[in-house]
Amino acid sequence: MSQAALTQKRPLPLNLLITVFLVIWVVLAAFPFIWTVWGSFKVEPDFFSRESWWNAIFGTYTQRQTGEAFTGAGYYGAWVTRDFWRAVANTAIVTVCVTVISLTLGTLGGYALARSGHRYAFWILIIALVFRAMPHITLVSGYLLPFFQLNIWGVLPTSIIVLVAINQPFTLWMLHSFFLSIPKDLDESAMVDGCTRFQAFRMVIIPVMWPGVVTTGLFSFLLAYNDFAVTSMLLSADNQTMVPKISSFLGSVQEQGNVMFAVAAVVSATVPLFILVLFFQRQIVSGLTAGAVKG
Amino acid sequence: MPHKTFFAFILPSLIAMVLFIALPIVSVVVQSFHVEHARVLVEVENCQPFGGCTKETRVDTAAMAQLQAEKPMGQFNGLGTYLNRGHLAVNEIGAILANNSGFGDVVARIYNLPFYKALAFTLVFCFVVTPLAMGLGFVIALAVNTIPRAIKGPVIFFSLLPMIITPLVGSLILYWMIQSNGIIGATLQHVFNDRTLSLRASPVLTWASLLFYGVWTNAPFSFVVFYAGLQTVPGDTLESAMIDGASRWERIRYVIIPHLAPLATFVALVQLMDNFRVFEPIVGFSAEANATSLSWLIFNDLSGDAQLFGSAGATSVLTIVGVVILLAPVLIRTWREFNHKVV
Repeated sequence: MSQAALTQKRPLPLNLLITVFLVIWVVLAAFPFIWTVWGSFKVEPDFFSRESWWNAIFGTYTQRQTGEAFTGAGYYGAWVTRDFWRAVANTAIVTVCVTVISLTLGTLGGYALARSGHRYAFWILIIALVFRAMPHITLVSGYLLPFFQLNIWGVLPTSIIVLVAINQPFTLWMLHSFFLSIPKDLDESAMVDGCTRFQAFRMVIIPVMWPGVVTTGLFSFLLAYNDFAVTSMLLSADNQTMVPKISSFLGSVQEQGNVMFAVAAVVSATVPLFILVLFFQRQIVSGLTAGAVKG
Repeated sequence: MPHKTFFAFILPSLIAMVLFIALPIVSVVVQSFHVEHARVLVEVENCQPFGGCTKETRVDTAAMAQLQAEKPMGQFNGLGTYLNRGHLAVNEIGAILANNSGFGDVVARIYNLPFYKALAFTLVFCFVVTPLAMGLGFVIALAVNTIPRAIKGPVIFFSLLPMIITPLVGSLILYWMIQSNGIIGATLQHVFNDRTLSLRASPVLTWASLLFYGVWTNAPFSFVVFYAGLQTVPGDTLESAMIDGASRWERIRYVIIPHLAPLATFVALVQLMDNFRVFEPIVGFSAEANATSLSWLIFNDLSGDAQLFGSAGATSVLTIVGVVILLAPVLIRTWREFNHKVV
């Protein structure tokens, strides 16, 4: 392959430059996470040390205060004392519901958009693109007053429905381009054999659509998981999910000198994302590119 | 596909979008024309056995509650909210333009108006972070493309982290590091031997750290898309360029970059849309004293004790106008191409 030929000819200085650059980038990308995970097992004077960051590495104050080099006090404080487990449970409910509902609506809609040759299908996609660009917080300011009036503010189902709706434009686009890659002949031949459109969808398309659905599902999950604007404004204090909970931690926790609670909560919220990337790296990469290649 | 089947399939999705995206936009527009009720004041005479009577003005809570129940939106205000000091500040701008001491003074005084301050940061964030992140992503993609297959996986894994991370969480992680008692902040103090050096104190350093965060979190997306694009560069073209004596740099300039140009448009569009709503890093960095964004202004109006729906509505409408302007080139192009195709 020509690629291999190119690789062999690269001069040494260039190779060195590439290696140094990549090492710097990987450190930039990964070090903040490693540092924070490590530091979350220390006490505050170690992790936030004006003297020297060696304190955080050796755990000088952690040893003095707890007798050991690592402590789970931050995690205990966050999860047990400050009820972070409740936020984790809420996040689980919200993300699972949002992913399932938006995929259900999205596959039906995306399939219809991919198979319809009509003009309005194109316009629906363009409008979806404009909706996709709306900053979420502008929509939130439209929700609040009606939701107060209808008395549905503050509960999980409201946030779930709102996140599903906000997610729809993206889901539609992604699944639309995925269904375009499934040959038309497949479901049309089923219809020639006497299936209705819906039967063809159920028996022919559903069995082959899972790779695209999994990829889209990952991004729906991420949107629900990472959201701050919607959940922080639409959920009451008891029903908060992780991200707004962390933000409300910040104010109260800093005054009481319990910043490590917030650090532990932040690390707890990061771990599921690590696992997600670890297992679904290929799907995430292919999902990001699918939109690009088609767009 | 017949119309009926099409709508049967897409209806649930359409209903969700109309109810929770289109209607809220209408609701925001209506809200922006209203303001909170003026306080109903009553005069109460307070008489004491000794010392006579004093008159006192109080807020009539009962009347207020009734008014609120009758008209929850508040009173009609027309374009008043748009033009006041908190938004477009027409009068203030007029005064500044009429009476000032030079261009610098005009800019500085307009920057002090809350809406323009937020707009300035939002636009700078959009148009600085997007090209820098795309450039960095492209260079990373070129570099990753040359390394052996075995270490590609781990490098891509770590590269994805800044993008996949929850924005608020990611900005907190960086913020804790650059605080004056965090690892980077404290080290900088030692290096410059300046105990008062703090990235939070000066507006310039706050902007710089927010922009750094933006590039850090945006670069992986460009990297992934460009990296995938590099896999599809035609080998024949590269080879013939080499035979023609094109240097490494010329091959990048004349073969690879033109090949990736359509992808770059897509990446730029997506990142401009996402960066225009910059919001979480400002909360995470507690940077509101030195840098605010349009989204942050709306959030601030809504999360105070007295929720200012009118003010939030007006800022939202102005933000939506901004988004439409941002998207206009794309929309116009699509419209033209589409008409071309049909005719």
